[in-house]
Amino acid sequence: METLKKHFFSDTDVMFGRSVRHITRSMDTIITVAVMPIALMLLFVYVFGGAIDTGTGNYVNYVLPGILLIAIASSTSYTAYRLFLDMQQGILERFRSMPIARSTVLWGHVLTSLVSNAISIIIIILVALIIGFRPSAGISSWLAVAVILAVWTLSLTWIAVIAGLSAKSADGVSGFSYPLIFLPFISSAFVPTASMPGPVSAFAENQPVTPIVDTMHSLLAGQPAGAEIWIALAWCLGVLVVAYIFAMLAYKRKIA
Amino acid sequence: MKGLKKSYKQLEVLNGVDFEVKQGSIFALLGSNGAGKTTIVKILTTLLKQDSGAATVNGFDVTSEPGRVRQSISLTGQFAAVDEILTGQENLIMIAKLRHLKNSRQVADEMLKRFGLTDAADRRVSTYSGGMRRRLDISMSLVGKPELIFLDEPTAGLDPEGRIEVWKSVKQLADSGTTVFLTTEYLDEAEQLADRIAILHDGRIIANGTLAELRNLFPPAKVEYIEKQPSLEEIFLAIIGKKEK
Repeated sequence: METLKKHFFSDTDVMFGRSVRHITRSMDTIITVAVMPIALMLLFVYVFGGAIDTGTGNYVNYVLPGILLIAIASSTSYTAYRLFLDMQQGILERFRSMPIARSTVLWGHVLTSLVSNAISIIIIILVALIIGFRPSAGISSWLAVAVILAVWTLSLTWIAVIAGLSAKSADGVSGFSYPLIFLPFISSAFVPTASMPGPVSAFAENQPVTPIVDTMHSLLAGQPAGAEIWIALAWCLGVLVVAYIFAMLAYKRKIA
Repeated sequence: MKGLKKSYKQLEVLNGVDFEVKQGSIFALLGSNGAGKTTIVKILTTLLKQDSGAATVNGFDVTSEPGRVRQSISLTGQFAAVDEILTGQENLIMIAKLRHLKNSRQVADEMLKRFGLTDAADRRVSTYSGGMRRRLDISMSLVGKPELIFLDEPTAGLDPEGRIEVWKSVKQLADSGTTVFLTTEYLDEAEQLADRIAILHDGRIIANGTLAELRNLFPPAKVEYIEKQPSLEEIFLAIIGKKEK
């Protein structure tokens, strides 16, 4: 076990390098991940946005956090897909029969998800800037936004790992991501929750996306985020821990 | 030398299997589809746990010391476990790094040369033929010189030329002192390659021995005169060989 631990980081690094090559050799996945949210953003800003009263002047500012969360959710389905392919093509078995820490395979995919999400998020933010996104956040607020997005990406990616490990077919593997993509629509991401009917608004107020979006609204507007940021982080970390535990259980079950 | 012995029961797939493999030999496990050959390989390579019984690989118990077992073995699974998006060289370097070898690039290049893949080193594996893919697969299993390598149906789905390529590689392996554990459903493959052959049927090893010993189980050979027709395989290879020249 000693040697396994000693090599955990170098092994993870090899796995990470492998899966980064996969991404850079199929740039279409990053582009697809970025294009759909950008199209949604344009739709909301130029078609629906005029009719939505958010109480703030700039609707691009309002809509961007939700768009980023949708991008993250849709990209994690690729993580699940790549993991599923690894299993099907037998390369996972090869890795697992080698003297390496077994979880490095998963970590390689998870780190790749972080990096590819960072890239598509930057692309989306650049497009947002072009169409009128005007943040007034300082460096520390930007950092806080980055941390929240990173932890949320990790949470959703570990959910994707569960899906990738337990899927029976390539078609079924991405199904898990649809509810996650849909979640921002029933939150404060596109319209204020106050405009929704009672039960819907109650759901919206108490699901993870709303505090995350609200926190990002405040941070990007250069205002203090208050208690919201702690609720948001609690959700992110909570989902992360639960997803991680279940992912590891699913992985162990594959081995046994 | 460490052999391995095992007996376990598992969902009636394996119903008390015992055998031993000598170091440096080629051992073939024969059986029809679904006989449980892959299950045995998976247990020996620590991918599956047996329900009961014990298995020892290179002196290490698969359940209590799986890490040590993995250190000393290598698995070439039923489907060529290569990364299609990477090139042949990148695949080998990746495995060498995971085995923590210092000169991973050099090791990779040596393997490519040994398996005749140098020209294809920089091509993505998705462009390889079935035989090339299998050779890369086997070469990846040899990185780091494991003492024992498992080949699970190494020639399934290959054309005759591909099979001969793989057989050559396997023979080379055994000549260099590596123990080879082979499963196959092709009888001629076992006959061609193996020092010892075991037949798995209904969850048990029903026969185990050298080819000569297995022959002795049957009544002495009768001498018959049969016109020797070339097999289709011989014809095929002869025609192809001509074309190449």
